[in-house]
Amino acid sequence: MPAGQVLLGAFRDTGGGWTLDNIQSLVDEPYRTAYRNSIEVSLVTALVGGFLGFMIAYSVIRPGTPRFLRSTFTTFSGVAANFAGIPLAFAFVATLGTIGIVTQWMTERLGWNPYDHGFSLFSKTGIELTYLYFQIPLMLLVISPAIDGLRREWREAAANLGATPAQFWRHVGIPVLTPSLLGAMILLFGNSFAAYATAYGLTAGGVQLVPITIGFFYTGDVLSNPHLGEALALGMFVVLAVMMLLYIPLQRRASRWAR
Amino acid sequence: MKRRIAPGAVLWILVGAAYFLIPLIATLLFSLKKPTTGTCCTLANYGTILHDPAFWKALRISFVIALETIVVSLALLIPTVYWVNLKLRRLRPVIGFLAVVPFVVPPIVLVVGLLALYRGAPDWFYANPYVFLPAAYVILAFPYIYFSLDAGFRAIDIHTLTEASQSLGAGWWTTITKIIVPNIKTAAVAGALLTLAIVMGEYTIASLAAFDTFPIYIQYINQNKAYEPAALTLIAFGITWAAMVTIAIGGRRRASAMAGGAH
Repeated sequence: MPAGQVLLGAFRDTGGGWTLDNIQSLVDEPYRTAYRNSIEVSLVTALVGGFLGFMIAYSVIRPGTPRFLRSTFTTFSGVAANFAGIPLAFAFVATLGTIGIVTQWMTERLGWNPYDHGFSLFSKTGIELTYLYFQIPLMLLVISPAIDGLRREWREAAANLGATPAQFWRHVGIPVLTPSLLGAMILLFGNSFAAYATAYGLTAGGVQLVPITIGFFYTGDVLSNPHLGEALALGMFVVLAVMMLLYIPLQRRASRWAR
Repeated sequence: MKRRIAPGAVLWILVGAAYFLIPLIATLLFSLKKPTTGTCCTLANYGTILHDPAFWKALRISFVIALETIVVSLALLIPTVYWVNLKLRRLRPVIGFLAVVPFVVPPIVLVVGLLALYRGAPDWFYANPYVFLPAAYVILAFPYIYFSLDAGFRAIDIHTLTEASQSLGAGWWTTITKIIVPNIKTAAVAGALLTLAIVMGEYTIASLAAFDTFPIYIQYINQNKAYEPAALTLIAFGITWAAMVTIAIGGRRRASAMAGGAH
């Protein structure tokens, strides 16, 4: 127990460090934009990453897919979900940056340079594209157990009763999976909301996100007012805590079918 | 009944594989370009990185910090998880809840809190990467190590093992070191490797606390060189990959516990 106490104390002290100053300024510019950008990026990557992650996970798990693919995808997802930050940002610069391999290939072979058509890796869209690299595998890891829980018997029972695959999904599959899907997407939202290094490595702060803004207070690009940084951090904490509160009941509902 | 792979599944698997692999392949091609002309192919970029003393220095700092974090975390958590599983089972939800807290408090918030908390601390603590960073990373590593260990402890019958050990006259210390630790070794190693991968890639806290760890070095190269960062990126990816594959081979752990990291 002493270890638990030490850790408990660590969190409590950290919490005690956040004073309630400067909260009001959070709703003023530029912080309002930072929060809006952060929430938008998190929402987009949670929805798109959630959808793609689910489709890939289902394709890998469904009967008929060779089993070795499943372990390959699981291991790879474990790596990709943890491969983030500066190296990930650079991997995307090498791919889709102004002189990236894919950009050059598109320009030379297809005669279509995405940068002439409003695309930029160093924008919100670019950040979203990059975040998906760890969001999709995370979804795959989180949702796989739920898909496993979708029992084969249910499918067969539905088929015996004359249901088409579409009817099965409409009346059984989707309703059973909904809590897990929502829960997983909340996790993705939080994951993307908290990301700092990837966005920093990509844009060096060109796109305003809350973690980036907080970073400025400490790396000295902005007149230093640590209390404002702390207030911004508190705002993040509140958003994530609300997400967690939504997550817990969903998790409980999701586990009803699991055994 | 043997079924063939569905066409829809093939499509999605290809999409997934493409999304994972294209950036890696592009980075590989990028890393083979000649620094002066930008044409293929040379290993010079890898040479530049491997001959840079700053690379080894940063790598060593991060590695030492990772080891410290792992040792401290395991020393704190093995007895705790053991005791909770053995005697205080009703506290499990409490610890489980605490283990989720680092997920709710992202590193950027954590470092703000820590910097505020330790502002008055003496220099040997506050300005020393080998002391300050492990203190922060123990908190980051807590959920990963905890969930690994918890799964490991649930897979063995600790009550029987403890009773057998004690009826043979072993004390608590002997029981833990000679009986419990060997039995949960796989779980402990998995948690340790996960922690290694996280610490080797952790940028946020190191950057805001102004310490020169491996990810900081990557960012420095990133901003100052053209093709070398690609080589470095693949080296970093290799470290993560090695840690994850070792876990996958070594343990039958549930993959979902590997989710998330220090982004």
